[in-house]
Amino acid sequence: MNSAIALGSPARFRWRWTWLTPLILLIAVMAGTAIGETSIPLETILKVLANRLWGAGYAVDRIDAGIIWSYRLSRAILAACCGAGLALAGVVLQALLRNPLADPFLMGISAGASTGAVAVTITGIGAGAMTLSLGAFAGAGLAFGLVVLLAHAASSGTGGGRGTQAAGAIILAGIAGSQLFNALTAFIIAKSASAEQARGIMFWLMGNLSGVRWDDVLLGLPVALGGLLICLWHRRALDAFTFGADSAASMGIAVRSVRGILITAMALVTAVMVSKVGAIGFVGLVIPHAMRFLVGSRHTRLVPASALAGAVFLIGSDILSRILVPGQALPIGVVTSLIGAPAFAMILVRGTKIR
Amino acid sequence: MKLAAERVDWTVHGHKLLDDVSLAVEAGETFGLIGPNGSGKTTLLRVLAGLRRPKSGRVLVDGLPMTRMRQRDIARSISFVEQQAETLDRIEVREAVALGRTPFLSPLRSWSDQDDAIVSRALDDVGMRHLAGRLWHTLSGGERQRVHIARALAQQPSILLLDEPTNHLDIRHQLSILQLVRQLPVTVVIALHDLNQAMDCDRIGVMDAGRLVDIGTPRRVLTADRLQRTFGVHADILDDPQDDRRILRFRHAL
Repeated sequence: MNSAIALGSPARFRWRWTWLTPLILLIAVMAGTAIGETSIPLETILKVLANRLWGAGYAVDRIDAGIIWSYRLSRAILAACCGAGLALAGVVLQALLRNPLADPFLMGISAGASTGAVAVTITGIGAGAMTLSLGAFAGAGLAFGLVVLLAHAASSGTGGGRGTQAAGAIILAGIAGSQLFNALTAFIIAKSASAEQARGIMFWLMGNLSGVRWDDVLLGLPVALGGLLICLWHRRALDAFTFGADSAASMGIAVRSVRGILITAMALVTAVMVSKVGAIGFVGLVIPHAMRFLVGSRHTRLVPASALAGAVFLIGSDILSRILVPGQALPIGVVTSLIGAPAFAMILVRGTKIR
Repeated sequence: MKLAAERVDWTVHGHKLLDDVSLAVEAGETFGLIGPNGSGKTTLLRVLAGLRRPKSGRVLVDGLPMTRMRQRDIARSISFVEQQAETLDRIEVREAVALGRTPFLSPLRSWSDQDDAIVSRALDDVGMRHLAGRLWHTLSGGERQRVHIARALAQQPSILLLDEPTNHLDIRHQLSILQLVRQLPVTVVIALHDLNQAMDCDRIGVMDAGRLVDIGTPRRVLTADRLQRTFGVHADILDDPQDDRRILRFRHAL
């Protein structure tokens, strides 16, 4: 047994399946591009890509080409970025807060980001893509701070930050935070938006990828990749939090700065994703837990696995949202919640004991 | 490595948990910390481990003030076994022990065979090699404690701090852990509840209400008078005729 375990030690396993990652991602993006109201054969997609990337000059239907390049491909790529980003945010929050139920959506971070983004949209400060994300970031940071303070106050009598009681506290604090920020969002909309604006915003809030263009990918892709790199860079620090912050500090982790860097990065990732596609729920909760079962809880494997699975999950959800009700696109948040809520219930019932 | 505290104070919400504590632990020494519940043993260990910065006073590692060291450098010299550290993660014993290598790894310097060997040796040291593949939540309290000690050993520290490490262990494992700790060629500061076990330390310090009230060899410090004043028990001190060892026999609480 000894030698077998020595061979299968945490770091050794790492590269064996890595080559599959780009393949799976590519297949998912292709599927996201091919499937929809009008399905497009793979051959056409490849031709359009070849035309675009190398100027190959294949003859393709111009409408097909337009749909593929301007709508579906950018949409699938941004869906992948969002899924990866939100899953990573879940991984990091669960590791740092030592709480299996930590998730950007449940903790109200997404709600805060929505409030920030809506406030920027309606007041029209700058109104560019960047200011929208910055507004979302401000809202996300505010919400996170508020929720953590509240959870800390609620559980300080029970040893603050550990165990199931703290897990409950963070959910309760998250509910309070979400309610507050959703109410603020509704208030801002009711007070300032026209009926037309309000409808648009409401649809966007539920999670909506239909407006995605290449500009959005240009911001979303670097943010998702940056988030992934930051998580991978700090993978050992995330591991070191296994037995809590003090234990991490005793193993040489500069707890304050590492926490600061990772949580700021994840709030930023969440904010950018929310500002692009609205608040999509449960990705950050369901994906990391599912991946822990598949690859274990060490972050050398968990981080890339969650990013990949999050990306595939959101592309899949986007496909479902397009084909579930014929002739009508559901908000993607509806699909992820329909899948995520039961999974959340399952974690709640048996998962808080063993992650 | 030497470890010293100079006039250390620590206050929480106006309560003084450490009050002007000074001590110097020599290289290679096994130093026992004893004292009743709430006397500040754990707090002192946390300050010595660099987990809490003293409100006033300072901690020196081989003469170097800890405030000038990076957390990572502290962790390369000092490892700390907390009284209770739990996790909900599905983590294997070996993975938990491997965490001890954290201060020696960086994002770019990855895991090596040498790290593997160190982890295996640490598992051997605490007699947990045969459970290396077990999941954390299937372990008993004593096994968990031994994993934590193995994790601290995998850090290859020059100074090992232990907070009541024998708490959850049966007598066999208590004795084997203490024997192991004494044999290690490192400086050890160990908080102990069992005063008879404290008899085996080179020196002991007595904590009482946040103050270090006495330091010295166990024979000099553990007197009937001290047990009465600090611990509130009446005890007889016996000498075992076989090996001339001191034994404390506790009669009753005062």
